[in-house]
This record gives sequence, structure tokens and C-alpha cells, in this order.
Amino acid sequence: MAKKPAASSASTSSRPSSKQPSSSTTTTNTSSAQSASKPNPASSSLSSSSSNSLSSKSGPQAIALHIWNDYVQNTPPRTFLLDAFMAFLVVIGGLQFLYAILFGNYPFNAFLSGFCAAVGQFVLTASLRMQTVEKLPKGASAEARKAASAAAAAAVKRNEGSGGEAGAEVDGGAPRVSSERAFADYVFGSLILHGFCVNFIN
Amino acid sequence: MMATSNHFLQGNSSKSVRGLLRTIILLTIAAAAVSARLFAIIRFESVIHEFDPWFNFRATKYLVKHGFYSFWDWFDDRTWHPLGRVTGGTLYPGLMVTSGVIYHILRLLSLPVDIRNICVLLAPAFSGLTALAMYLLTSEMSASPSAGLLAAAFMGIAPGYISRSVAGSYDNEAIAIFLLVFTFFLWIKAIKNGSILWGALAALFYGYMVSAWGGYVFITNLIPLHVFTLICMGRFSSRLYISYTTWFALGTLASMQVPFVGFLPIRSSDHMSALGTFGLVQLVAFAEFLRSRVPGKQFQTLLFGAVLALFVVACLGLVLLSITGIIAPWSGRFYSLFDTEYAKIHIPIIASVSEHQPTAWPAFFFDLNLLIWLFPAGVYMCFRNLKDEHVFVVIYAVMSSYFAGVMVRLMLTLTPIVCVASALALSHILDTYMAADMPTASSQNGSGDVSSKGASKSASTMASLRSMRNPLVGIYSSVSKSVVTATTTAYLLLFVLHCTWVTSNAYSSPSVVLSSRMPDGSQYIIDDYREAYYWLRQNTPQDAKIMSWWDYGYQIGGMADRPTLVDNNTWNNTHIATVGKAMSSREEVSYPILRQHDVDYVLVVFGGLLGYSGDDINKFLWMIRIAEGIWPDEVKERDFFTKRGEYRVDDEATTTMRESLMYKMSYYNFNSLFPAGQAQDRVRSSRLPAEGPQLSILEEAYTSENWIIRIYKVKDLDNVGRDHASAVAFEKGHKKKRAAKGRGPRVLRTE
Repeated sequence: MAKKPAASSASTSSRPSSKQPSSSTTTTNTSSAQSASKPNPASSSLSSSSSNSLSSKSGPQAIALHIWNDYVQNTPPRTFLLDAFMAFLVVIGGLQFLYAILFGNYPFNAFLSGFCAAVGQFVLTASLRMQTVEKLPKGASAEARKAASAAAAAAVKRNEGSGGEAGAEVDGGAPRVSSERAFADYVFGSLILHGFCVNFIN
Repeated sequence: MMATSNHFLQGNSSKSVRGLLRTIILLTIAAAAVSARLFAIIRFESVIHEFDPWFNFRATKYLVKHGFYSFWDWFDDRTWHPLGRVTGGTLYPGLMVTSGVIYHILRLLSLPVDIRNICVLLAPAFSGLTALAMYLLTSEMSASPSAGLLAAAFMGIAPGYISRSVAGSYDNEAIAIFLLVFTFFLWIKAIKNGSILWGALAALFYGYMVSAWGGYVFITNLIPLHVFTLICMGRFSSRLYISYTTWFALGTLASMQVPFVGFLPIRSSDHMSALGTFGLVQLVAFAEFLRSRVPGKQFQTLLFGAVLALFVVACLGLVLLSITGIIAPWSGRFYSLFDTEYAKIHIPIIASVSEHQPTAWPAFFFDLNLLIWLFPAGVYMCFRNLKDEHVFVVIYAVMSSYFAGVMVRLMLTLTPIVCVASALALSHILDTYMAADMPTASSQNGSGDVSSKGASKSASTMASLRSMRNPLVGIYSSVSKSVVTATTTAYLLLFVLHCTWVTSNAYSSPSVVLSSRMPDGSQYIIDDYREAYYWLRQNTPQDAKIMSWWDYGYQIGGMADRPTLVDNNTWNNTHIATVGKAMSSREEVSYPILRQHDVDYVLVVFGGLLGYSGDDINKFLWMIRIAEGIWPDEVKERDFFTKRGEYRVDDEATTTMRESLMYKMSYYNFNSLFPAGQAQDRVRSSRLPAEGPQLSILEEAYTSENWIIRIYKVKDLDNVGRDHASAVAFEKGHKKKRAAKGRGPRVLRTE
């Protein structure tokens, strides 16, 4: 039941870019580098202000450090919560697995449903994270974002309306789903998951 | 209708009219699908068909009578006589629960319908739903609304599906195909939208499917294969991740709720591809996540190298686990899917089932007719516009074509995709040739008059839509338009004719009740099965054990309500082999077996008088083979063939054959029907030996009107302690001549 706080906080804040994780960077900076998925020279130079200029020859340690810094700087707190919850689930699942290996898995049903609950909740949370984070298009200006959200609304409407045609897909990525819708889906999935687990636990 | 569509073709109609038309067409299709399956009821009566449905029917009655929980814990001591069967834990409960729920809902609405009628009509009702699900699935594949309607119409009347869903065919497939199609629809929806909701719904219906049919493994492997292919094509996206992981996490848990499946999803190799793909998707997702944060090509390649290496390691680990036996090996039925000779050699019990035989080529045309040659065209169309969902169609098409070629019964899984693909192809043709670009209302009207069923209506629906979309490209000559349209319509009409003919002639026989034509053309109903089972019900004690070949176990349990030794569940090969041994051995050997299993009556099916070819002598070879699998020393298949390798029952039959219990029971007293020396077996069209076989351990109890079913009572031990052969001989007045031979049976007395 530890999922509640993380999940609810995810739902309350509507725009991920509204709060800044670190004070050093400016607002324009982060919003542009929010999800710099392409090696865009401009955005990368902006975002990697702390671990400057990652060359292709730098060692694995530097790369890891760069990733970490990038992550810490550019993740909105809401996503942080989700990530923390996911890490918590990984730990829980790992502990259960370790227990099963060390002390035997005698109530196999119980072990299985506990483990499955952890794994299932993990993937559901990961899905929620994807849906909420990816909403910002690359290098988003305010107008582009507005257009995207309009497209998302249209897509959602279309889906709810008439069986949904192929048009829900915008520029190859995920179709835009509003974070409220994503969260409702998440709750629905979690309910089913835990219903099955409780039924299965014996 | 015509007026509406004319108005509609002029482009004045609104969207709602089109929606209304579509609904009407769909309802008509569903109604057609239901009514096409009612031949059996009209010809015969509302009766459960064949073999397995009788068990399902019996289980449903139990469920309705005793409630859900006792059904769940049902231990059935009236089958597999000495052993019993944990029925509640060894069946797929979906079908029974479905009809139980329908039964209770109807009662709640104060519509008390007999449970038998619900069971009989369940399959047609669900086939109507399948047509709707088909419409939804195909509509996801194509922008043209006609494709969905065509596919629904095809699905409704394709003989490949009707074969398993006529009224009275109360089998798992009846609801499973609907669930299959609907699960695929939800899956496509999930992968298009990338939403947890659709993935969870797909998982729910997958769970329902698991509870309904063993064929769920098809879905379990097809969806991961789809995902794997998409990843290999470089089409990984968050949509893919969301839909697949949701489906897998929830679906696996859902499938484990069914007691019969239990821990299989994490133990058996059949399910490992899904698990492996799940792991792969996680890795790829993580890699993508990292990649989005790191520039530098080198790192990417490094990362993908790592992913690949991990995948290889995982595969190796899987192989290792399989070898060490932690994960159960593939089940026999699946080996036989890849090596068609496997079953024949290793598991005769699987090979002996006729629906597990490889499909004959004509069967494809027989079951799918025109669809089978539209099928490749439709698959090609998918290649032209290769989106994620089209990849699914292609994969499904390839896999199921192969499987349908291997096993007759898997034609059932091929049919949906054939309907989808051919509807895509046909709707494209109609789109092109019926487009009303120029105001050629005449050609439209002409075609509209000729066409029938849903096809024409749907075609016209599509035509106007197309015309609005791309008014430039198209065929402008009304001649070519009308010719092509007319030809297509003619083909469709032929298809409808074929389907109706096949349904009425091939698939609507209950096989419990047979019918034939008298020389004057009148219908002659052969009701021997029910006659004999009713005799058993009326004239034998409630717990009299009946031994028969396993084919008839369910029917005896369902219709005669008597305990049986073996039935169609075939869970215990040894027990079946024991029955096979009793049938194929000499009387002296069989008698101890019969005694040990408390057998009171033995039932055989004999078609020699009527020419009914599905009788026990024709199945005898399988009994011998299965018995030989367990007792290779005592039963030898070779002994039943003549020196020239022929399987004969006449004068030249081998001694082993003529002394086997099955032969004796089949032909006992058969001579008395004919003038001396004229006895004729009409199935094997051979003349029988002049002197009929003698039975000493059994006595004839009942023979049905057309001799199809013969029931024998097992004699008790002799009062004076003689063996049966000498007792019979004594009664015939032979004195003690043959007793001196003293063949084995004295040993019997020790028990």
C-alpha cells in the first residue's frame, strides 16, 4: 500500500515542468532539456552544465556520472517520487526472491503472489512514468506544447468516441494521454493486479 | 433499405445514419451467424452433440445443482472407476461457469430456461458475438469501414468456424474463439494507444480465455512474438512497453487463478517465450531510457551489445533450467506440432484422436472456400502499409497457417485471420471499383441490386466514404466498375452457397443421432446410441461399472449416468492401455482384468450391419497400439495383421485377431442374422467366417436396433469352480472334452 502517496502526488501536479529540481539552472534551460532524446548539440550543451562536454571517448565512470547528474538535474520531483517507489518495489521484489532462495519457497502461492505484485506494480508504475513524462515534446516551446496538448485532447476524444482510428498516433511516439487519464488507468490496473494477488495468496 | 442507401449515396446523410446502418448490418450478420448454426436443431432436436460436450453438459448440470464452490472442489468418483478424477481441478471451467451465469441471470429475469437449452444454444450465441468482435478487430486494421463488416460476415458463415460452433456443440471452442478474437482486438487496441487500460482489459480477457480453452497457449506465444518482432524491427516505443508489460503482468497472474493451469505459466516451456520477452522489454526500455540521456554513438552500440549478450545469457539459462528439469519440458502435443511423426511414435493416445491428424489439402478449400485464395492477397496488403497492427496480422497468418497444416483442429485458429486478411483484400477491391467518383449512380444501383447479405451494404457504405477522401484516383469507366463488382458479388454469393451447403451437410450432424436416406428418399433416423444408453440407465444398478473404449466414456457418463473406466479426458494413459489390453487379449487373459476393475458391463460399438464406419473394429488398431505401449510383451500389433500385412476380419484373419475379446464381442451371434455362410460386414465389406465366435466369459445383455451398440454382461465366477470355457462347453453338451486342455484360467481362483 506504499504506492498511495507516490501515486497521488503524481496526479496532483499537472505540468511536470512547473517545479524545478535544482536551483542552479534556469527555467528555459530545463524545459528545453527535459527529455533530450536526440543528441541535439544545443540542448546537450545547455543541460550538461555540471559534467561538461561528454566526449565519445570518456570512460564508463564518466558516462555514469554524466547520466546521474543529468538525471538528478532534469527530473521533476513528481517523477522522482515515482522513481523512488519503483526502486522500493525492486528492493521488495529482490528481498522476496532472496528469501525464497535462502529459506525455501514453501507457501509457493504466497511467494508468487507477493513477487508478482511487486513486479506488476513496478511495470505499471514504469508505464505511468512513461505516459506522464513523455508528454513534453522534444525541445518544447510553449506553443509547441500547447499544440501537443491540443492534439492529445483530440486523440483522447477520438478514442473515447468511435472505436478510435489510426490517427491517435502523433509523430511516432506515444499518443498523448492526459496525466489524469494515465493515472486513472494506473489505478484500474493496480486494482486488478492486487485483486488477483489477494485471490491467489491463499 | 434501398431507398436509404440511395439517399445515403448522394452524400447527404450524416454520420449518425451511417452509424445506424452499420449497426443494422452488424446485427443482421450476427443473426445470420446464429441462424446458420441451427440446422441440427431443426433436423433433429435440441440435443448435445458428439463426445466432449456431454462431459461439459454433465459438469454444467453439476455446477448449477451444487453451486460454484462444490463444483470447484468436485471429486468425481463415477469416472475412471477405481481411481476417480479430481474434476474441479482438471478442467477449464470457463464454459460451464459462463452457461451457469447465463442460467442464473435468466432466472433472475424470471425467464426460467432449461439448462440443456442454454448449453445447446451457447455456441451459436457466442458465434454472433464473435462476428462483432471480428468487426472490431478488422476495423483496427483498415481505415475502410467495409473491411470490418466483410470480416464479420465472413466470420459468421465460414465453415471452418461453424464446424465447432453449431447448436449443440457445447465445447470449449464455442466460447474460446470469441475470446481469442476479442483478446486480440484488445491487444491491438492496447498497442495502438499505449494505455494501461486496454492492456489490463486484454489481460482480463486473456484470463477468461485461459479459463476456457487449452488453446490459450496460442495467445501466450503469439503476443510475445509480435512484440519481439517489433523490437527487432526497431519499433520499440513506450506504447509497446506499456501495453506488453501490463498485459503480461496481469495476464500471467490471471492465468494462474485457474487451478488446472496453476503454476504452469512460470514452469512450463510453453510460456517461457512470454517471460523472456518480458525481460527483454524491460532491458530495452532501460536502454532507451539511458540512451535518451547520453549522446554518443559508441555508447549506444555498447549498450545494445550488452542487451544482446544478456538476451543470449537468458536463453542459455532457460535451456539449462529446462535440462535440469526445473522448468517442465514442452508438452507432448506441442512436440507433435513441430514433428508430425512424434506423436505416432511416442504418444499413440494423442495420435489416435482424429482431430490431431495433419490436415488434408482439400480441407482448406472445404472450410474456407473463396477466403483461402484471398488470404495471401490480404497478407500482402498488410505489407504495403506495415504498421504495428499489420505486423501482427502477418505473424498470426504465418504461424496459424503452419499450425493448421499440422493439426486439423487448429484450422479453428486459422479461420479468424483468414477472415481478416481476405476482408482487407476484398474491401480494397470494392473500394477501388465501387467508388462513386463521378456521378455514376447507374453502376452503383446495378451492383446494389445483385449483391446480397452484408457485402453489398458494407460496400456501398465504404464507397461513399472513399469518394469523399480521395476524389482524384479511381476507375472511371462504369463498364469495368460494373463488371468487377458483379464478378465479386457472384463470388460472394457462391461463397454463401458453399457455406450453407457445408454447414447443412457436413457439420450439422449431432453424431449421437444419425440419419440416413431410405431408398425412397425419406429420412431414416438412427437413434441407437440413445436407445442403448437409456437401456443402461433403466436396466442396470446405479453403480454398475461400464467398460468401453474411451471415446464413449463421456456419453455413458452423461446419458446413461453410469460409472465408467476410462473417458475422453485421457489423463491416465496406463488405465486406457489396460482397457485396450482387455479388449485385445484372449478371453482368459481379459477376464481377470475385468474382475479386478469391477466391470459389470462391456459396451462395444459395431457398425457392420449398417455400414457405420466409426465403430470399434476400426478403432481397434489404436487400442492395440496403446496397449502395446505399456505391455509390449503381451500385446503385439503385428499379430493382428495377416502375413501380407493386411488388417482383415474375414476367414483369413489371424488367430490373435479372432480370439481377441473385441472381435468376439463385435461379431457374436452376427451370423444368425444371415443365411448360413452369408454373413457380411458392410463397413469392411468382407464376408465373415461361416462359424461365428463363441463367448464364454460374457453374455449378451443388449443389442440396439441397428446393432450399433452391443452391451455384454460379465459373468460371475462359476458356481462349481470350473473355468468359463468348460462351463459353456458343458452346457452345450460337450461334456468334459475341452476341460482337459486346462488353459490358464484356474489361476483366477486364487483371488
